[in-house]
Amino acid sequence: MTDAADLRTRVADLLAAHPPATTGRAEFLRARFDAGLAWVHYPQALGGLGAPRSLQAVVDAELAAAGAPDNDPRRIGIGLGMAAPTLLQYGSDEVRSRFLPPLWVGDEVWCQLFSEPGAGSDLAALGTRAVRDGDDWIVNGQKVWTSSAHVARWAILIARTDPDLPKHRGITYFVCDMTDPGVEVRPLRQITGEAEFNEVFLTDVRIPDAHRLGAVGEGWKVAQTTLMNERVSIGGSRIPREGGMIGPVSRTWRERPELRTHDLHQRLLTLWVEAEVARLAGERLRQQLVAGQPGPEGSAMKLAFARLNQEISGLEVELLGEEGLLYDDWTLRRPELVDFTGREAGYRYLRSKGNSIEGGTTEVLLNIVAERVLGLPAEPRNDKDIAWKDLAR
Amino acid sequence: MTDLLYTEDESDLRAAVRSLLTARADPAALTGGRAESGSPVDGALWQALATEVGAAGLLVPEKRGGQGASHREAAVVLEELGRGCVPAPFLTSSVVATAALLALGDEADAAAALLGDLAAGRRTAVLAVPLSTAPDGPLPAAGRVTGVADAAGADVLLVLRGDGLYAVDRADAGVEPQTALDLTRPLAAVTVSEGTGTLLAGRADGEAAVRRGLLTGAGLLASEQLGIAEWCLEETVRHTRERHQFNRPVGSFQALKHRMAQLWLEVVSARAAARAAADALATGSGEAALLAAVAQAYCSRVAVHAAEECVQLHGGIGMTWEHPAHLYLKRAKADEIAYGTPGRHKERLAGLVGLDAP
Ligand SMILES: Cc1cc2nc3c(=O)[nH]c(=O)nc-3n(C[C@H](O)[C@H](O)[C@H](O)COP(=O)(O)OP(=O)(O)OC[C@H]3O[C@@H](n4cnc5c(N)ncnc54)[C@H](O)[C@@H]3O)c2cc1C
Repeated sequence: MTDAADLRTRVADLLAAHPPATTGRAEFLRARFDAGLAWVHYPQALGGLGAPRSLQAVVDAELAAAGAPDNDPRRIGIGLGMAAPTLLQYGSDEVRSRFLPPLWVGDEVWCQLFSEPGAGSDLAALGTRAVRDGDDWIVNGQKVWTSSAHVARWAILIARTDPDLPKHRGITYFVCDMTDPGVEVRPLRQITGEAEFNEVFLTDVRIPDAHRLGAVGEGWKVAQTTLMNERVSIGGSRIPREGGMIGPVSRTWRERPELRTHDLHQRLLTLWVEAEVARLAGERLRQQLVAGQPGPEGSAMKLAFARLNQEISGLEVELLGEEGLLYDDWTLRRPELVDFTGREAGYRYLRSKGNSIEGGTTEVLLNIVAERVLGLPAEPRNDKDIAWKDLAR
Repeated sequence: MTDLLYTEDESDLRAAVRSLLTARADPAALTGGRAESGSPVDGALWQALATEVGAAGLLVPEKRGGQGASHREAAVVLEELGRGCVPAPFLTSSVVATAALLALGDEADAAAALLGDLAAGRRTAVLAVPLSTAPDGPLPAAGRVTGVADAAGADVLLVLRGDGLYAVDRADAGVEPQTALDLTRPLAAVTVSEGTGTLLAGRADGEAAVRRGLLTGAGLLASEQLGIAEWCLEETVRHTRERHQFNRPVGSFQALKHRMAQLWLEVVSARAAARAAADALATGSGEAALLAAVAQAYCSRVAVHAAEECVQLHGGIGMTWEHPAHLYLKRAKADEIAYGTPGRHKERLAGLVGLDAP
């Protein structure tokens, strides 16, 4: 049985054979995959050792401490956190060994074709259609808010295969080839001026049945696997004090005494305390994971950081006063990853508005905490037994 | 690095305290009149806590008659006492007065003897300063000091005078009970005349010891506040699941669910803050003052918020004397002021982290 001590030995061996200082990123990541240290709970030959999942945090902590290159989870987070566990659980052997290695190394970026203009929080209401045609499926529809679609090689896709069933039951889950001629990716310009996201139009896209994950009509269940899997490397690294958005505003406060007011001082101190407490809570969560005691606190952290990022960046723009009236650059850009601290306060303020919407809105997450963590009763529903085609839109 | 989890020993200690409190601390007796009596402490319960569980001597090294545990364990006891809103002189005597005496070192014989008595649960002692005093706040001049917590039940008062820190028998001091907002932590005005008591230390050492006691109190009070908030949230969830209106459990209304989920988030965060402060005090970390200030600035608000939500979401019954919610609200509000308000702690923090005022 693989335990923490065994994993530490394996990490030490990996580091000795491939010293991070002299090994290229991709080469190191491939070696890590082959050593079974990519995701330790995966099977052998698929980047894992069949070890308890909780031990991943031990590996991540050791590697982070050794300064090993990571696989840039911000760029390939959807592949790592969402596509991979779903492929593992529902993919055939061919599918798993074809897709997992390049996904891990970052050679192939994944995106997630879930949200639609008419299906956001109520994702199960989606209307993109997939119709069987021999060994293929033919897909038509529109997706929105697709991060990384413009750089993605593959996508996880959910589509409706039976409109006569209630909405949760007529959905099927696929792997979609983003190079298929029927896939059109258009930039979705957002509040910041840049286009980090895309709209994706699917016109007669052919998907081989071999790229279906799970049974026909079971797509919602498969999607739950995707949505419940948090980023694999969660909590690998520690955030230092003032490591988040509170850092730049604190520096500005120290360096620019002429901007200070009493009101801003009170608000800054309150936010500083809250940011420090959120950092400590994140650190506590990390320690829980390393100790093999994962808890539901992860959803708390997302809620806390969303609100704090918004309040802190709002305060920062206000503190800057006359300069806060300016914006760094409205040019339409297509960044491969989001860089909060590389741009100015106005950008942080606008971009952070998405933190309480992306990956489930704050309201929806509060519902989840209330029902799954606190055990409060669900609200009455009126959408469970009605065919999808008869729902209000 | 700060250890923010609970050890197995700490969990065992929690279980021991909780089972004692479940068996013997009766909220009905409190709401039924003992709280109003001015001496709400249940002597037998306190003796059991102090001696059977060994709570009184947690902070005291074994060679000086205690359990040789640390602030981390004391914090766990405070969580449980907060959860039960238990009237007991643990915070004032076993934490604050004890930490002050410990800060005097092992040379002072009189202090050592007193410390041994406190650790063994034979006597209790309190600092003769207002409960509201912040670790860096102004200390009272001798004479009459008001708002002294647990003074009426204490055996010994630790009094800071111009020339030093004294231990004064309560019998030798004037102690007038005051009517306190928090019925479970009684306050009194204390008058001590010049010349009474035993000198424990000179002024400088005495003042440093008092400040150490206050800092320890502030840092660990956060754990009591965490316990209060936890109880308030749990009871509110329980009540709103059971209480039906409009043919539904009221806890199924989203307006309420979101408020309780928000409280849960605050409780999770408060736990991290309280643990960080306790760990820093236990390890003698240079960050103890900073983390105690962070914990106080945060956890005070969480406890008050949880208690206020508890009263509100219980509806009418939350306003009644027979429901214990009011005891928690009163304790939470008083704790917000105890050992410095959140505002004072933020001011202190501003100095510590270089975020100066305009
Ligand atoms: C920056 C950003 C990045 C994103 N990245 C991706 C991505 O990579 N892939 C992807 O598939 N999607 C992505 N999304 C889409 C995102 O998941 C949805 O925007 C989100 O789930 C909300 O859906 P909606 O926008 O349709 O809002 P709606 O669902 O229409 O919600 C509108 C409002 O109603 C509230 N609301 C809805 N239902 C409830 C309820 N039951 N109770 C209480 N309030 C409710 C919401 O909280 C919100 O305030 C991204 C979105 C943003 C903004």
